[in-house]
Amino acid sequence: MYATKYAKATSLQDAVAKLAAADDGKFLGGGQTLLATMKQRLAAPSDLIDVTKIPELKGITVEGDTIVVGAASTHSEVAQSADIQRLLPVLSGLAATIGDPAVRNMGTMGGSVANNDPAADYPAALLGLNATVTTSKGSYAAEEFFTGIFETALDEDEIIVKIAFPIPQKAAYEKFRNPASRYSLCSVFVAMTADGPRVAVTGSGNDGVFRVAEMEAALASNWSADAVSGITIDPDTMLSDIHGSAEYRAHLVTVLAARAVAKAG
Amino acid sequence: MSEVKLTVNGRAVSRDVEDRTLLVDFIREHLGLTGTHVGCDTSQCGACTVHIDGKAVKSCTVLATQVDGASVTTIEGLADGDTLHPMQSAFRTHHGLQCGFCTPGMIMMAVDIVKRHPEGLDEETIRKELEGNICRCTGYHNIVKSIEAGAADMGGAKMAAE
Repeated sequence: MYATKYAKATSLQDAVAKLAAADDGKFLGGGQTLLATMKQRLAAPSDLIDVTKIPELKGITVEGDTIVVGAASTHSEVAQSADIQRLLPVLSGLAATIGDPAVRNMGTMGGSVANNDPAADYPAALLGLNATVTTSKGSYAAEEFFTGIFETALDEDEIIVKIAFPIPQKAAYEKFRNPASRYSLCSVFVAMTADGPRVAVTGSGNDGVFRVAEMEAALASNWSADAVSGITIDPDTMLSDIHGSAEYRAHLVTVLAARAVAKAG
Repeated sequence: MSEVKLTVNGRAVSRDVEDRTLLVDFIREHLGLTGTHVGCDTSQCGACTVHIDGKAVKSCTVLATQVDGASVTTIEGLADGDTLHPMQSAFRTHHGLQCGFCTPGMIMMAVDIVKRHPEGLDEETIRKELEGNICRCTGYHNIVKSIEAGAADMGGAKMAAE
Protein backbone atom coordinates (compact mmCIF):
# COMPACT_ATOMS: atom_id res chain seq x y z
CA MET A 1 0.00 0.00 0.00
CA TYR A 2 1.24 3.48 -0.84
CA ALA A 3 1.40 6.02 1.96
CA THR A 4 -1.92 7.59 2.87
CA LYS A 5 -3.40 9.73 5.61
CA TYR A 6 -6.30 8.56 7.72
CA ALA A 7 -8.89 10.64 9.54
CA LYS A 8 -12.22 9.90 11.22
CA ALA A 9 -15.08 12.18 10.27
CA THR A 10 -17.31 13.24 13.14
CA SER A 11 -20.18 14.58 11.01
CA LEU A 12 -21.26 14.75 7.38
CA GLN A 13 -20.02 18.35 7.18
CA ASP A 14 -16.69 17.34 8.70
CA ALA A 15 -16.31 14.50 6.17
CA VAL A 16 -17.01 16.77 3.21
CA ALA A 17 -14.61 19.43 4.54
CA LYS A 18 -11.86 16.86 5.05
CA LEU A 19 -12.35 15.51 1.55
CA ALA A 20 -12.23 19.03 0.09
CA ALA A 21 -8.95 19.66 1.90
CA ALA A 22 -7.36 16.48 0.56
CA ASP A 23 -5.43 16.19 -2.71
CA ASP A 24 -7.10 12.99 -3.78
CA GLY A 25 -9.17 11.75 -0.88
CA LYS A 26 -11.64 8.88 -0.64
CA PHE A 27 -14.36 8.11 1.85
CA LEU A 28 -13.74 4.88 3.75
CA GLY A 29 -16.44 2.51 4.97
CA GLY A 30 -15.38 -0.81 6.43
CA GLY A 31 -12.52 -0.98 3.93
CA GLN A 32 -13.15 -4.55 2.82
CA THR A 33 -12.88 -3.53 -0.82
CA LEU A 34 -10.97 -0.23 -0.73
CA LEU A 35 -8.16 -1.39 1.55
CA ALA A 36 -7.75 -4.60 -0.44
CA THR A 37 -7.56 -2.52 -3.63
CA MET A 38 -5.00 -0.18 -2.06
CA LYS A 39 -2.88 -3.11 -0.93
CA GLN A 40 -2.69 -4.21 -4.56
CA ARG A 41 -1.74 -0.64 -5.47
CA LEU A 42 -4.75 -0.40 -7.74
CA ALA A 43 -5.85 2.67 -5.79
CA ALA A 44 -3.71 5.24 -4.02
CA PRO A 45 -5.85 7.91 -2.35
CA SER A 46 -3.85 10.60 -0.55
CA ASP A 47 -6.35 10.58 2.30
CA LEU A 48 -8.91 8.19 3.73
CA ILE A 49 -11.84 9.81 5.49
CA ASP A 50 -13.60 7.23 7.65
CA VAL A 51 -17.34 7.91 7.62
CA THR A 52 -18.41 4.94 9.76
CA LYS A 53 -18.47 6.90 13.04
CA ILE A 54 -20.87 9.58 11.78
CA PRO A 55 -24.00 9.26 13.97
CA GLU A 56 -26.52 9.64 11.10
CA LEU A 57 -25.01 6.61 9.37
CA LYS A 58 -25.67 4.29 12.31
CA GLY A 59 -28.63 2.15 13.25
CA ILE A 60 -31.42 0.08 11.77
CA THR A 61 -34.99 1.30 12.32
CA VAL A 62 -38.50 0.35 11.29
CA GLU A 63 -40.52 3.29 10.00
CA GLY A 64 -44.03 2.16 9.14
CA ASP A 65 -43.79 -0.36 6.31
CA THR A 66 -40.17 0.53 5.58
CA ILE A 67 -36.89 -0.66 7.05
CA VAL A 68 -34.23 2.03 7.18
CA VAL A 69 -30.62 0.88 7.34
CA GLY A 70 -27.88 3.34 8.26
CA ALA A 71 -25.13 3.22 5.64
CA ALA A 72 -22.44 2.33 8.19
CA SER A 73 -24.34 -0.80 9.28
CA THR A 74 -22.14 -3.82 8.81
CA HIS A 75 -23.30 -6.88 6.90
CA SER A 76 -23.33 -8.72 10.25
CA GLU A 77 -25.60 -6.12 11.79
CA VAL A 78 -28.00 -6.46 8.84
CA ALA A 79 -27.84 -10.27 8.99
CA GLN A 80 -28.42 -10.34 12.75
CA SER A 81 -30.97 -7.52 13.10
CA ALA A 82 -34.09 -8.93 14.80
CA ASP A 83 -36.26 -6.36 12.97
CA ILE A 84 -34.90 -7.30 9.56
CA GLN A 85 -35.11 -11.03 10.32
CA ARG A 86 -38.76 -10.58 11.29
CA LEU A 87 -39.95 -8.12 8.62
CA LEU A 88 -37.57 -8.56 5.68
CA PRO A 89 -35.84 -11.92 6.12
CA VAL A 90 -34.76 -11.94 2.49
CA LEU A 91 -32.42 -9.04 3.28
CA SER A 92 -30.88 -10.55 6.42
CA GLY A 93 -30.49 -13.80 4.51
CA LEU A 94 -28.78 -12.01 1.62
CA ALA A 95 -26.44 -10.16 3.99
CA ALA A 96 -25.44 -13.47 5.56
CA THR A 97 -24.13 -14.67 2.18
CA ILE A 98 -21.71 -11.76 1.67
CA GLY A 99 -18.03 -12.65 2.02
CA ASP A 100 -17.42 -14.56 5.24
CA PRO A 101 -18.20 -13.90 8.93
CA ALA A 102 -15.04 -11.82 9.53
CA VAL A 103 -15.52 -9.72 6.40
CA ARG A 104 -19.17 -9.18 7.38
CA ASN A 105 -18.05 -7.73 10.71
CA MET A 106 -16.24 -4.89 8.92
CA GLY A 107 -17.91 -4.37 5.53
CA THR A 108 -20.81 -1.90 5.38
CA MET A 109 -23.96 -1.64 3.29
CA GLY A 110 -23.11 1.94 2.29
CA GLY A 111 -19.65 0.94 1.16
CA SER A 112 -20.95 -1.92 -0.95
CA VAL A 113 -23.71 0.15 -2.53
CA ALA A 114 -21.36 3.08 -3.29
CA ASN A 115 -18.86 0.72 -4.91
CA ASN A 116 -21.53 -0.99 -7.08
CA ASP A 117 -19.38 -4.00 -7.88
CA PRO A 118 -21.10 -5.95 -10.67
CA ALA A 119 -20.98 -9.07 -8.47
CA ALA A 120 -22.17 -7.39 -5.26
CA ASP A 121 -25.36 -8.66 -3.60
CA TYR A 122 -26.91 -5.53 -2.10
CA PRO A 123 -27.52 -3.76 -5.44
CA ALA A 124 -29.92 -6.57 -6.38
CA ALA A 125 -31.83 -6.08 -3.12
CA LEU A 126 -32.04 -2.33 -3.60
CA LEU A 127 -33.26 -2.64 -7.16
CA GLY A 128 -35.54 -5.59 -6.41
CA LEU A 129 -37.21 -3.84 -3.48
CA ASN A 130 -37.31 -0.36 -5.02
CA ALA A 131 -35.22 1.01 -2.17
CA THR A 132 -34.43 4.69 -1.73
CA VAL A 133 -30.85 5.84 -1.18
CA THR A 134 -30.56 8.98 0.95
CA THR A 135 -27.26 10.83 0.69
CA SER A 136 -25.69 13.98 2.06
CA LYS A 137 -27.12 15.80 -0.97
CA GLY A 138 -30.50 14.23 -1.72
CA SER A 139 -32.21 10.95 -2.39
CA TYR A 140 -32.38 8.51 -5.28
CA ALA A 141 -34.57 5.62 -6.31
CA ALA A 142 -32.37 2.53 -6.73
CA GLU A 143 -33.12 2.62 -10.45
CA GLU A 144 -31.47 6.02 -10.88
CA PHE A 145 -28.70 5.37 -8.35
CA PHE A 146 -26.94 2.48 -10.09
CA THR A 147 -25.64 3.84 -13.39
CA GLY A 148 -23.18 1.18 -14.56
CA ILE A 149 -20.42 -1.16 -13.43
CA PHE A 150 -18.67 0.50 -10.47
CA GLU A 151 -20.67 3.64 -11.34
CA THR A 152 -23.37 5.38 -9.31
CA ALA A 153 -25.14 8.74 -9.22
CA LEU A 154 -22.92 9.81 -6.32
CA ASP A 155 -20.71 12.88 -6.66
CA GLU A 156 -17.12 12.54 -5.41
CA ASP A 157 -18.01 14.38 -2.20
CA GLU A 158 -21.42 12.77 -1.66
CA ILE A 159 -21.99 10.32 1.20
CA ILE A 160 -24.69 7.66 1.49
CA VAL A 161 -26.49 8.24 4.79
CA LYS A 162 -29.18 5.57 4.80
CA ILE A 163 -31.11 3.19 2.62
CA ALA A 164 -34.87 2.66 2.98
CA PHE A 165 -36.37 -0.69 1.96
CA PRO A 166 -40.16 -0.91 1.54
CA ILE A 167 -41.33 -4.25 2.96
CA PRO A 168 -42.66 -6.40 0.09
CA GLN A 169 -45.52 -8.89 0.18
CA LYS A 170 -42.99 -11.60 -0.57
CA ALA A 171 -39.47 -11.85 -1.89
CA ALA A 172 -36.59 -14.25 -2.42
CA TYR A 173 -32.96 -14.19 -3.50
CA GLU A 174 -31.26 -16.99 -5.41
CA LYS A 175 -27.49 -16.71 -5.37
CA PHE A 176 -25.35 -18.76 -7.72
CA ARG A 177 -21.75 -18.48 -6.59
CA ASN A 178 -18.52 -18.79 -8.41
CA PRO A 179 -17.31 -21.94 -6.66
CA ALA A 180 -13.83 -20.49 -6.04
CA SER A 181 -14.35 -16.81 -5.21
CA ARG A 182 -17.87 -17.34 -3.77
CA TYR A 183 -18.99 -14.12 -5.42
CA SER A 184 -22.22 -14.09 -7.41
CA LEU A 185 -21.72 -15.45 -10.88
CA CYS A 186 -25.40 -14.72 -11.34
CA SER A 187 -27.99 -13.99 -8.69
CA VAL A 188 -31.64 -13.06 -8.99
CA PHE A 189 -33.78 -11.12 -6.53
CA VAL A 190 -37.55 -11.29 -6.98
CA ALA A 191 -40.19 -9.43 -5.00
CA MET A 192 -43.91 -8.78 -5.07
CA THR A 193 -44.04 -5.13 -4.06
CA ALA A 194 -46.92 -2.70 -3.61
CA ASP A 195 -46.24 -1.57 -7.18
CA GLY A 196 -46.12 -5.06 -8.65
CA PRO A 197 -43.45 -7.70 -9.20
CA ARG A 198 -39.79 -6.79 -9.56
CA VAL A 199 -36.93 -8.95 -10.83
CA ALA A 200 -33.34 -7.74 -10.34
CA VAL A 201 -30.18 -9.52 -11.50
CA THR A 202 -26.63 -9.07 -10.25
CA GLY A 203 -23.32 -10.69 -11.20
CA SER A 204 -24.22 -11.06 -14.85
CA GLY A 205 -25.17 -7.83 -16.61
CA ASN A 206 -22.52 -6.10 -18.68
CA ASP A 207 -23.89 -2.81 -17.37
CA GLY A 208 -24.16 -3.97 -13.75
CA VAL A 209 -27.34 -4.75 -11.84
CA PHE A 210 -30.51 -4.69 -13.98
CA ARG A 211 -34.24 -5.43 -13.98
CA VAL A 212 -35.98 -7.87 -16.30
CA ALA A 213 -39.15 -6.11 -17.48
CA GLU A 214 -40.48 -9.10 -19.43
CA MET A 215 -40.32 -11.32 -16.36
CA GLU A 216 -41.97 -8.67 -14.21
CA ALA A 217 -44.86 -8.39 -16.68
CA ALA A 218 -45.28 -12.16 -16.77
CA LEU A 219 -45.30 -12.38 -12.97
CA ALA A 220 -47.87 -9.61 -12.71
CA SER A 221 -50.46 -11.83 -14.35
CA ASN A 222 -49.18 -15.16 -13.03
CA TRP A 223 -46.82 -15.33 -10.03
CA SER A 224 -45.28 -18.74 -10.69
CA ALA A 225 -41.99 -20.27 -11.72
CA ASP A 226 -43.61 -21.36 -14.98
CA ALA A 227 -44.33 -17.74 -15.86
CA VAL A 228 -40.63 -16.89 -16.09
CA SER A 229 -39.05 -20.21 -17.04
CA GLY A 230 -39.69 -19.63 -20.77
CA ILE A 231 -38.34 -16.09 -20.86
CA THR A 232 -34.85 -15.87 -22.30
CA ILE A 233 -32.22 -13.18 -21.82
CA ASP A 234 -30.15 -11.74 -24.64
CA PRO A 235 -26.54 -12.92 -24.16
CA ASP A 236 -25.34 -9.65 -25.71
CA THR A 237 -26.33 -7.93 -22.45
CA MET A 238 -24.31 -10.36 -20.29
CA LEU A 239 -20.79 -10.34 -18.89
CA SER A 240 -18.50 -13.00 -20.29
CA ASP A 241 -15.28 -14.15 -18.66
CA ILE A 242 -13.22 -17.18 -17.70
CA HIS A 243 -15.84 -18.08 -15.08
CA GLY A 244 -18.85 -18.16 -17.36
CA SER A 245 -19.78 -17.27 -20.92
CA ALA A 246 -22.49 -14.76 -21.75
CA GLU A 247 -24.73 -17.60 -22.96
CA TYR A 248 -24.22 -19.50 -19.70
CA ARG A 249 -25.03 -16.44 -17.60
CA ALA A 250 -28.12 -15.65 -19.71
CA HIS A 251 -29.33 -19.21 -19.12
CA LEU A 252 -28.68 -18.86 -15.38
CA VAL A 253 -30.85 -15.75 -15.13
CA THR A 254 -33.89 -17.68 -16.31
CA VAL A 255 -33.20 -20.72 -14.15
CA LEU A 256 -32.50 -18.67 -11.02
CA ALA A 257 -35.48 -16.39 -11.55
CA ALA A 258 -37.75 -19.44 -11.65
CA ARG A 259 -36.13 -20.83 -8.50
CA ALA A 260 -36.45 -17.49 -6.72
CA VAL A 261 -40.15 -17.19 -7.56
CA ALA A 262 -40.74 -20.71 -6.29
CA LYS A 263 -38.79 -19.94 -3.12
CA ALA A 264 -40.79 -16.76 -2.47
CA GLY A 265 -43.95 -18.87 -2.66
CA MET B 1 1.94 9.21 11.40
CA SER B 2 -0.77 8.66 13.96
CA GLU B 3 -0.77 7.59 17.55
CA VAL B 4 -2.76 4.37 17.88
CA LYS B 5 -3.96 3.33 21.31
CA LEU B 6 -5.38 -0.13 21.76
CA THR B 7 -6.07 -2.58 24.53
CA VAL B 8 -4.43 -5.78 23.34
CA ASN B 9 -5.09 -8.91 25.35
CA GLY B 10 -6.03 -6.74 28.29
CA ARG B 11 -2.89 -4.58 28.14
CA ALA B 12 -3.04 -0.90 27.14
CA VAL B 13 -0.60 -0.19 24.31
CA SER B 14 0.24 2.91 22.31
CA ARG B 15 2.48 3.32 19.26
CA ASP B 16 3.16 6.02 16.69
CA VAL B 17 2.73 4.35 13.31
CA GLU B 18 2.29 5.28 9.68
CA ASP B 19 -1.39 5.66 8.83
CA ARG B 20 -1.15 2.84 6.30
CA THR B 21 -0.07 0.33 8.97
CA LEU B 22 -2.32 -2.71 8.86
CA LEU B 23 -3.60 -4.03 12.15
CA VAL B 24 -1.80 -7.34 11.59
CA ASP B 25 1.51 -5.51 11.13
CA PHE B 26 0.83 -3.41 14.22
CA ILE B 27 0.28 -6.62 16.20
CA ARG B 28 3.21 -8.56 14.74
CA GLU B 29 5.85 -5.92 14.03
CA HIS B 30 5.14 -3.23 16.59
CA LEU B 31 3.93 -5.39 19.48
CA GLY B 32 5.93 -8.53 18.67
CA LEU B 33 2.88 -10.76 18.97
CA THR B 34 3.62 -13.16 16.13
CA GLY B 35 0.90 -15.71 16.87
CA THR B 36 -1.36 -13.89 14.41
CA HIS B 37 -0.29 -15.05 10.96
CA VAL B 38 -0.32 -13.50 7.50
CA GLY B 39 -1.32 -16.16 5.01
CA CYS B 40 -2.83 -14.88 1.78
CA ASP B 41 -2.66 -11.19 2.71
CA THR B 42 -5.86 -10.70 0.66
CA SER B 43 -8.55 -11.29 3.33
CA GLN B 44 -9.40 -14.73 2.03
CA CYS B 45 -7.55 -17.27 4.18
CA GLY B 46 -8.34 -16.09 7.71
CA ALA B 47 -4.93 -16.87 9.26
CA CYS B 48 -4.86 -13.26 10.51
CA THR B 49 -8.22 -13.44 12.33
CA VAL B 50 -8.33 -11.54 15.62
CA HIS B 51 -11.20 -10.16 17.70
CA ILE B 52 -11.93 -6.44 17.72
CA ASP B 53 -14.31 -5.55 20.55
CA GLY B 54 -15.29 -9.21 20.65
CA LYS B 55 -15.89 -9.70 16.93
CA ALA B 56 -13.73 -11.70 14.54
CA VAL B 57 -12.10 -9.65 11.78
CA LYS B 58 -9.31 -10.21 9.29
CA SER B 59 -6.50 -8.03 10.61
CA CYS B 60 -4.72 -7.95 7.22
CA THR B 61 -7.53 -5.78 5.84
CA VAL B 62 -8.01 -3.33 8.69
CA LEU B 63 -5.87 -0.28 9.38
CA ALA B 64 -4.59 0.04 12.94
CA THR B 65 -5.82 3.65 12.93
CA GLN B 66 -9.32 2.49 11.98
CA VAL B 67 -9.71 0.64 15.28
CA ASP B 68 -7.94 3.18 17.50
CA GLY B 69 -9.35 2.84 21.01
CA ALA B 70 -10.63 -0.70 20.49
CA SER B 71 -10.03 -3.82 22.52
CA VAL B 72 -8.17 -6.44 20.51
CA THR B 73 -7.78 -10.11 21.40
CA THR B 74 -5.20 -12.24 19.62
CA ILE B 75 -4.40 -15.92 19.97
CA GLU B 76 -1.91 -15.01 22.73
CA GLY B 77 -4.77 -13.57 24.77
CA LEU B 78 -6.98 -16.66 24.94
CA ALA B 79 -5.13 -18.81 27.45
CA ASP B 80 -5.43 -18.13 31.18
CA GLY B 81 -1.79 -18.24 32.22
CA ASP B 82 -0.59 -21.79 31.62
CA THR B 83 -4.14 -23.07 31.22
CA LEU B 84 -5.16 -23.27 27.59
CA HIS B 85 -8.53 -21.91 26.49
CA PRO B 86 -11.00 -24.80 26.02
CA MET B 87 -10.92 -24.25 22.24
CA GLN B 88 -7.12 -24.47 22.21
CA SER B 89 -7.25 -27.66 24.26
CA ALA B 90 -9.85 -29.13 21.93
CA PHE B 91 -7.63 -28.48 18.90
CA ARG B 92 -4.78 -30.26 20.67
CA THR B 93 -6.87 -33.19 21.87
CA HIS B 94 -8.59 -33.75 18.52
CA HIS B 95 -5.54 -33.12 16.36
CA GLY B 96 -7.16 -30.06 14.76
CA LEU B 97 -3.92 -29.02 13.13
CA GLN B 98 -1.21 -30.39 10.91
CA CYS B 99 1.29 -27.67 9.97
CA GLY B 100 -0.42 -25.24 12.34
CA PHE B 101 -0.19 -22.15 10.15
CA CYS B 102 -3.94 -21.55 9.92
CA THR B 103 -4.57 -22.60 13.52
CA PRO B 104 -4.49 -19.20 15.28
CA GLY B 105 -7.08 -17.89 12.84
CA MET B 106 -9.13 -21.07 13.06
CA ILE B 107 -9.25 -20.88 16.85
CA MET B 108 -10.11 -17.17 16.93
CA MET B 109 -12.88 -17.77 14.41
CA ALA B 110 -14.04 -20.85 16.32
CA VAL B 111 -14.48 -18.84 19.52
CA ASP B 112 -16.44 -16.22 17.56
CA ILE B 113 -18.65 -18.93 16.03
CA VAL B 114 -19.46 -20.41 19.43
CA LYS B 115 -20.38 -16.97 20.81
CA ARG B 116 -22.73 -16.33 17.90
CA HIS B 117 -24.48 -19.69 18.20
CA PRO B 118 -25.74 -20.06 21.76
CA GLU B 119 -28.33 -22.47 20.38
CA GLY B 120 -25.57 -24.99 19.68
CA LEU B 121 -23.52 -26.05 16.70
CA ASP B 122 -23.82 -28.89 14.25
CA GLU B 123 -21.24 -29.93 11.70
CA GLU B 124 -23.00 -28.20 8.82
CA THR B 125 -23.10 -24.89 10.67
CA ILE B 126 -19.43 -25.12 11.63
CA ARG B 127 -18.40 -25.85 8.05
CA LYS B 128 -20.49 -22.96 6.73
CA GLU B 129 -19.10 -20.56 9.33
CA LEU B 130 -15.53 -21.56 8.42
CA GLU B 131 -16.03 -20.25 4.90
CA GLY B 132 -13.40 -17.56 5.40
CA ASN B 133 -10.74 -19.74 7.04
CA ILE B 134 -8.65 -21.89 4.78
CA CYS B 135 -6.50 -24.89 5.76
CA ARG B 136 -4.18 -26.09 3.01
CA CYS B 137 -3.26 -29.26 4.84
CA THR B 138 -6.92 -30.08 4.17
CA GLY B 139 -7.43 -30.89 7.82
CA TYR B 140 -11.01 -29.67 8.01
CA HIS B 141 -12.35 -32.95 9.36
CA ASN B 142 -10.43 -32.67 12.61
CA ILE B 143 -10.84 -28.89 12.75
CA VAL B 144 -14.61 -29.36 12.71
CA LYS B 145 -14.35 -32.09 15.36
CA SER B 146 -12.19 -29.81 17.49
CA ILE B 147 -14.67 -26.95 17.25
CA GLU B 148 -17.58 -29.24 18.18
CA ALA B 149 -15.67 -30.40 21.24
CA GLY B 150 -14.35 -26.93 22.09
CA ALA B 151 -17.87 -25.51 21.90
CA ALA B 152 -19.09 -28.13 24.36
CA ASP B 153 -16.15 -27.46 26.68
CA MET B 154 -16.76 -23.72 26.59
CA GLY B 155 -20.09 -24.48 28.27
CA GLY B 156 -23.42 -22.87 27.68
CA ALA B 157 -23.25 -23.92 24.07
CA LYS B 158 -25.51 -26.93 23.89
CA MET B 159 -24.65 -29.39 21.20
CA ALA B 160 -27.26 -30.13 18.58
CA ALA B 161 -28.55 -33.70 18.70
CA GLU B 162 -26.25 -35.99 16.77
